[in-house]
Amino acid sequence: MTRRQLATYIFFGVVVILFAISVALKGFFVTFGAFLTLAIFSFLYDDNPYYKFAEHLFVGVSAAYWMCMGFWGTMVPNLFGRLYPPMVGPVIPALKDNPSDPFMLIPLILGIMLLMRLSSKAGWISRWALAFVVGTTAGLNLVRYLRSDFIQQISSTAMPLYVTNSAGFSLGETISNIVIFIGVMCGLIYFFFSKEHKGAFGAGARAGVIVLMITFGASFGYTVMARISLLVGRMQYLLDSWLGMIG
Amino acid sequence: MRRTFPILITVVVGWVLIVADFIPHKPFGNLGDDFALYFDIIAVFAFILGGGNLFRIHLTKVQKKKKDWPFSIVTLGGFIVMLAAGLFKIGNPGGIQGDVAAVGSLFNDMYMQIFTPLQASMFALLAFFVGSASYRAFRAKTTEATILLIAAFIVLLGRTPFGLWLTSGLTGDMSFLQLPNLTDWIMDVPNLAGQRAIMIGIALGVISMSLRLILGVERTYLGGDSD
Repeated sequence: MTRRQLATYIFFGVVVILFAISVALKGFFVTFGAFLTLAIFSFLYDDNPYYKFAEHLFVGVSAAYWMCMGFWGTMVPNLFGRLYPPMVGPVIPALKDNPSDPFMLIPLILGIMLLMRLSSKAGWISRWALAFVVGTTAGLNLVRYLRSDFIQQISSTAMPLYVTNSAGFSLGETISNIVIFIGVMCGLIYFFFSKEHKGAFGAGARAGVIVLMITFGASFGYTVMARISLLVGRMQYLLDSWLGMIG
Repeated sequence: MRRTFPILITVVVGWVLIVADFIPHKPFGNLGDDFALYFDIIAVFAFILGGGNLFRIHLTKVQKKKKDWPFSIVTLGGFIVMLAAGLFKIGNPGGIQGDVAAVGSLFNDMYMQIFTPLQASMFALLAFFVGSASYRAFRAKTTEATILLIAAFIVLLGRTPFGLWLTSGLTGDMSFLQLPNLTDWIMDVPNLAGQRAIMIGIALGVISMSLRLILGVERTYLGGDSD
């Protein structure tokens, strides 16, 4: 046995003993939650078996979580509860007297077709369900995006570039509206690749890059803050819920 | 049959939903809502498909003793226990009629003490990586990277009490330079302009892709097999 292996076994033994003590004092779930938190953070040092354990457990648990939520939240009330209400009576009594809707056979059949993907011979049948999903997404999104993300955004950008209020001329609002108008235009110019970014058009594109960089910077700052607040939450869990060192 | 019929389904469903949006009367009246519900139900079947696929892949890995196969047992164990806890509502105070995520159930305990710590720790881990990424961007010494980092720095500081304390001396006409005010301006003006440009660009992309799909031009989602 090499010295490195010996150190690994000793470390593992110490970890097991410490967590056994913690289970006795704090209960299994709190200890296990703390172990998983530390296991994930151990990746900061290097990839290791503790991290892999936590990562694999996360994959399994999250897949099952979303399946259960989808089953009880959507499939039981909206599919079985409408297709044949008496069937869900023992689980959701409020639905058992609802009228039956035979059209719910459509998503049931399409859903079963989607599951055929697991079969190597009949996998092609899943395309029918996929085609329905793609068609629905395309049909709903075309109008939705045209309305809310295209027309509405252009409409909101077309604001007065000389703003007055009850006190007279408003310099701040005027500057803000001009920056928004020019920023949107320049951002769109940057995204227009059918014309070479040269001359005045290139200058517009360059200004667009600056506006986009400020946008990405703001999003970046917010992302960092959100992640740090999550980190603070984990530290509170370790120090307070697990070790009881706070308060 | 293997390619033509799916294309036909996409084209018909897509056009029917567009027509339904412009003719909100019978027989098109509630088609948008109905199809959205069908979509949600099929999405649940997709979750089941994903879970089934995950189970199959990890089971094969264990059976063939591929690299890191012991960790696949962890995945399978977590999957089976969580699935059983949720589907059979094990330990649920309300029994089988209770809410699946009711406090006190095994499903809720596993969610709160396993799923949540893992998810939060995974995302918290990214705090270190985005910090490292910003350092690398700073080292790039380009104008764009500098602008991005200055904006990020102002937004970060402006949303903390430290940012306010740091610039609290700027009062009167200079108060707009206080970090919280500067952050608000960045968020409401240049950030808004950039977001709008991106949203309009995305909308144009989505509209053109949707048109390609419902006109039957875009067929890549069907895969590469022939009829």
